[in-house]
Amino acid sequence: MGIADKGIEFLRKLDTFGDVKRRWIIKVESETDFNYGKLPYERNVDELLNYGIINLDKPPGPTSHEVVAWAKKLLNIEKAGHGGTLVPVHF
Amino acid sequence: MLSNKEYVAVMQIHKPVDEGKLREVINEFVGRIYQKPPVRSSVKRALRIKEVYSIEILEVEYPYVLMRISCQHGTYVRKLIHDIGEVLGVGAHMRELRRVKTGPFKEDETLITLHQLSEALYMYRELNDDTLLRKAILPIEYAVSHLPKVAVLDGAVGALTHGADLAVPGISMFHEGIRKGDTVVVFTLKGELVAIGQAMMHSEQIIEASRGIAVKIKRVIMSRGTYPKYWKSRQR
Repeated sequence: MGIADKGIEFLRKLDTFGDVKRRWIIKVESETDFNYGKLPYERNVDELLNYGIINLDKPPGPTSHEVVAWAKKLLNIEKAGHGGTLVPVHF
Repeated sequence: MLSNKEYVAVMQIHKPVDEGKLREVINEFVGRIYQKPPVRSSVKRALRIKEVYSIEILEVEYPYVLMRISCQHGTYVRKLIHDIGEVLGVGAHMRELRRVKTGPFKEDETLITLHQLSEALYMYRELNDDTLLRKAILPIEYAVSHLPKVAVLDGAVGALTHGADLAVPGISMFHEGIRKGDTVVVFTLKGELVAIGQAMMHSEQIIEASRGIAVKIKRVIMSRGTYPKYWKSRQR
């Protein structure tokens, strides 16, 4: 399998993950140079830590901000954000 | 993140109501609704239109109604439930809420707790085993997997990372059904996320065109230097 084949296979995998049912239209068939970049799933842990996303099941109680702070500390990274917060619910 | 959301919520109604009427009223809230953000919110409190894509009633056991709600980002489920109570005439409040989907992210094998993340890190740092950590941290490409995609030729990537918009000659393949104005994601043929932009052409136009700007780039993600800035054509 050429690298572009693997890359396109990964793009289809992304489509499945994102529940996208669109078909791909090919305008220009091409290979991709192995000298530049790499397949996303071949990134090493350091690269993933800089360039990754975690689907985190946040515990109720702490705010998203606090949870992100904990995650940053755990992972030893400087920059991290979160994709939204739930409104506090009181029982 | 400005993606659509899905929630499972428990509504508590304040007085008994005929179940038929309950279902009828809840159905009225599917579609476009008006909402004004609550006092305790971080957004401007202007009246907004939000869309509720679906409300599925999972269980009714007075005084509780268990519902799955799919809605546009920025919809306040607490307010939605309060308003359902108003229309029912008996009043209602949100007793419990769990977000079960954000854009492409749902409750599947990728969902992990802080505890599991901590375990994965221990295994990597102390035992040199990265298997759990690799399951915990997904390549960033997954974050935009729900959006329409355009894959470009290697030669176009450098220019894109230096601020250029995407012209038709740089495109290798793309999703059908892209409409002008859609947010689209630009990838390399290795599947790497390059940038996010706005389509300037429909898919049908991209097929036909030989030139012109197809995607206006809004945000570059890939770092410069990953692909060379200038692409020399290969010598035969």
